[in-house]
Amino acid sequence: MCTKIALVGSPNTAKTSLFNLLTGMNQQVGNFPGVTVEKHWGKFNLPDGRVAELLDLPGAYSLNAYSEEEKIVSEILHNKQHADFPELVVVTVDVTNLERNLVILTQISDLDIPVIGVLTMNDMLIGKSVSPQELTNAFNQIPFLKINGRTGEGKQALIDFISACNIQPVEKFISFPLKENLNIAEARRDAESRKTSIVNRLKEVPSFVGVTRHSFTTKVDKLLVHPILGYAFFGIVLFLIFQFMFSISAIPMDWIDSVFLNFSQYLQTKMPEGIFTDLITQGIVPGVGGVLIFVPQIAILFFFLGVLEETGYMTRVVFIMDRLVRPFGLNGRSIVPLVSSAACAIPAILSTRVIGNPKERLITILVSPLISCSARIPVFVLLIYLVIPNTYMYGFIGLQGTVLFAMYALGVIGALVVAMVMNKFIRSKEKSFLLLELPEYRWPRWKNILLHLKEKVQAFVFDAGKIILAISIVLWAFAAFPKINEEQVAQGKTQIEESYLGQAGKTIAPVFAPLGYDWKMTVSLLTSFAAREVFVGTMATLYSAGENFEEDESLLTRMREDINLQTGKPAYSLASGLSLMVFYVFAMQCMATFAAVKRETKSWKWPLIQMGYMGFMAYTLALLTFHIFS
Amino acid sequence: MVKKTLAQYLPGQYAQIVSVAEHAMGAKLIEMGFYPGKRVQVLFRAPFRGPFAIDAGGAVLSLREDEASLIETIDC
Repeated sequence: MCTKIALVGSPNTAKTSLFNLLTGMNQQVGNFPGVTVEKHWGKFNLPDGRVAELLDLPGAYSLNAYSEEEKIVSEILHNKQHADFPELVVVTVDVTNLERNLVILTQISDLDIPVIGVLTMNDMLIGKSVSPQELTNAFNQIPFLKINGRTGEGKQALIDFISACNIQPVEKFISFPLKENLNIAEARRDAESRKTSIVNRLKEVPSFVGVTRHSFTTKVDKLLVHPILGYAFFGIVLFLIFQFMFSISAIPMDWIDSVFLNFSQYLQTKMPEGIFTDLITQGIVPGVGGVLIFVPQIAILFFFLGVLEETGYMTRVVFIMDRLVRPFGLNGRSIVPLVSSAACAIPAILSTRVIGNPKERLITILVSPLISCSARIPVFVLLIYLVIPNTYMYGFIGLQGTVLFAMYALGVIGALVVAMVMNKFIRSKEKSFLLLELPEYRWPRWKNILLHLKEKVQAFVFDAGKIILAISIVLWAFAAFPKINEEQVAQGKTQIEESYLGQAGKTIAPVFAPLGYDWKMTVSLLTSFAAREVFVGTMATLYSAGENFEEDESLLTRMREDINLQTGKPAYSLASGLSLMVFYVFAMQCMATFAAVKRETKSWKWPLIQMGYMGFMAYTLALLTFHIFS
Repeated sequence: MVKKTLAQYLPGQYAQIVSVAEHAMGAKLIEMGFYPGKRVQVLFRAPFRGPFAIDAGGAVLSLREDEASLIETIDC
């Protein structure tokens, strides 16, 4: 019986392509328990009608584990009792990288697990080819065969092998036993004798060819890791990603926004008046819309990340950025997530899985929301209109624009400083190391990118989406109840003011009074947890004015004329306005970010710590700002 | 022959590995291709004393300075 199969292979060996080739669309994704490493599995039919289960284990060079991914592979293959323990292991081996990729194959064979080697990347050996039979002869009769991931050539031979399941015992490569946690000396002894054995055996393979780098890759590398041109090119790439996430995504986002708005208005007219209708039209429908609104940005970011990874450029980014970001406890792979946070932190946080080191990944997740996202712009713009005069410094530097820039800069500086501090405090089990392959440049395999993108979007919608929907319904209920009566309407009161949320805002207003805020601002801080830009809508409701302040001046006028009843001065002064902006730079007022961090860290602990530290920074720095400017 | 570590080489230079230090990274470095007797070439280095890119036969690997200095080498 060979129906329980695991796929193992080093990174860059076209393992994912083989998995997609075998299982087609018949695959599922989940997580390995306790860690954030994705687990992919699928099924395919054998010629005799049986169904084989294929588990795609994460990329691993060796069972002597360093990364989280390698630990999972090692744990499963060392434990016969493990639920995922396979009957047969298919190992992908890049023919241009035999010395390195055969390590894990011989280790698995030494554990007495039946194994077959699948040779990939055969087209990279232009005009030459490595003979599977010769490898079999040199490697204790382990079967090898060739596969072409693009054309599917060799797929049938593999399926036939699995179906026949004719497995012969294989002699050990290394005599002393492998176990799950070798100490430093044992691991070294195993590595050294195994490597020697592999190198000597490869000498018995006449068709084995030493591979030299394609001159194309060498030439491109000269530019892409160049001290000036390399960073300039990376800057352009980041700029393009940012542009797409920021402006191109606005088109589908507006579309989603209006579809859900119209749908909820339509339901409002068609359904009988009452709490149930309100729940659907004001709670659930906008809540679902509030989840789907993130899909365009997530899709765009993952498309670009996929292209960067698939072409091999991402490893060059890590290579040139490593030295620069290490003092901050970040990884070269942190840069793309951090920059994309300037559009939105949600896709950024979902994309941190490419960061292998758990500590560096956690730090990236924790500081990403400090980078000012597009949802903060309406808040900044409204407040800048209110409190910053439209004048020019030295005749040409606009003061309003400078303040907007300062808010962005404050977020970036905040993120770097916090990362540095966390680097000191978060303890790490794993040592940070770089040791990565710089593969040949390659044309991306679009199918792999699109499958991965689809998975990410699904995971967000169904996983983080649940929490976002739940919070938005709770927020709606707190803002919708208790209903105001006609007497209160006659007094000019608004629903939001009389709701539980409004009452809570008024109750805790004294806490925010030292920052220069009145109860209206405090209520807006609370409603902003749905999304930061809700600030503008809440203000419009509280001041009974139009939301579109750039065309309809009523909101600006009413806010400007408002007097803080405690101080008797205008509610929106330079000091209170700047203090509010600083608060919005640092506070984690975004339930979607909260849900994304919960999903990506697999705990409530980290999103709560994040909300706590960001809230603390927001409060103290806003307090400081208020005192400096008043 | 003067013993050096791989961290002392300049782009373009070749080195032959003599040994790898007794270190948690030791086995990993050997498995990745830095085993005694192997001849490698430093291809280029990232700016600001960043990582090395080393052609280790079949693949180009990047190593930070502190990782490269675990590898003892001789010129060749």
